[in-house]
Amino acid sequence: MNITVKYFASLREQLGKSEEILTLSDEISIAEVWQNVSASISENIESENILMTINMEYVKSDALVKTGDEVAFFPPVTGG
Amino acid sequence: MMPIEIRGSSFNPWDEIKLHQQKLNRQGQYGATASFVGTMRDFNEDKHVQRMTLEHYPGMTDKYLEKICKEAHQQWDLIETLIIHRIGEIKIADPIVLVCVWSAHRAEAFDACRFMMEDLKSKAPFWKQESTAAGNRWVEKSTPG
Repeated sequence: MNITVKYFASLREQLGKSEEILTLSDEISIAEVWQNVSASISENIESENILMTINMEYVKSDALVKTGDEVAFFPPVTGG
Repeated sequence: MMPIEIRGSSFNPWDEIKLHQQKLNRQGQYGATASFVGTMRDFNEDKHVQRMTLEHYPGMTDKYLEKICKEAHQQWDLIETLIIHRIGEIKIADPIVLVCVWSAHRAEAFDACRFMMEDLKSKAPFWKQESTAAGNRWVEKSTPG
């Protein structure tokens, strides 16, 4: 199954990409997706310091990702 | 109406309030208008800031701002809400955000305006990158309210 993963702000710069398509063999949690995609970052970022969304809604780290989902990871927001 | 807007260029919040009130055309019904305007400072965490860039998550930003307005209308008896937020390059003294609430009485307007602004600060997907003499840096957390 394919999912789209988006990254923003400092995380986008650390990963060197803003978006990618991932192919997963099983339904997994968003925390497991984060473990896979963050492996290339030298600085260890705890998942508690990253906000996670599925289809533009905030989710907890145990939320399951389904085929076609748009997943996003980003640092704490600083608007306003 | 509950309008929200993401702006790529500078705006005048006072003109926006005036224009919106004219379009709303409900004079006589509201007795309270509370607004919050966030403006760009030239300093942050002991450093002089030259300018700033605001990144956002297109699609989710609009959705989240609409959610904030909807929740405010559910929680308080409001006549109208308006949110305008800048993205892109921001200069010193530029308005960044406008939150405005119209209601019959002041308590609802004050409380809803504060709620909307705090929810926006903690959850709406915007990120500030500041340019200082030492280079660019991402703002890591919002200042306490």
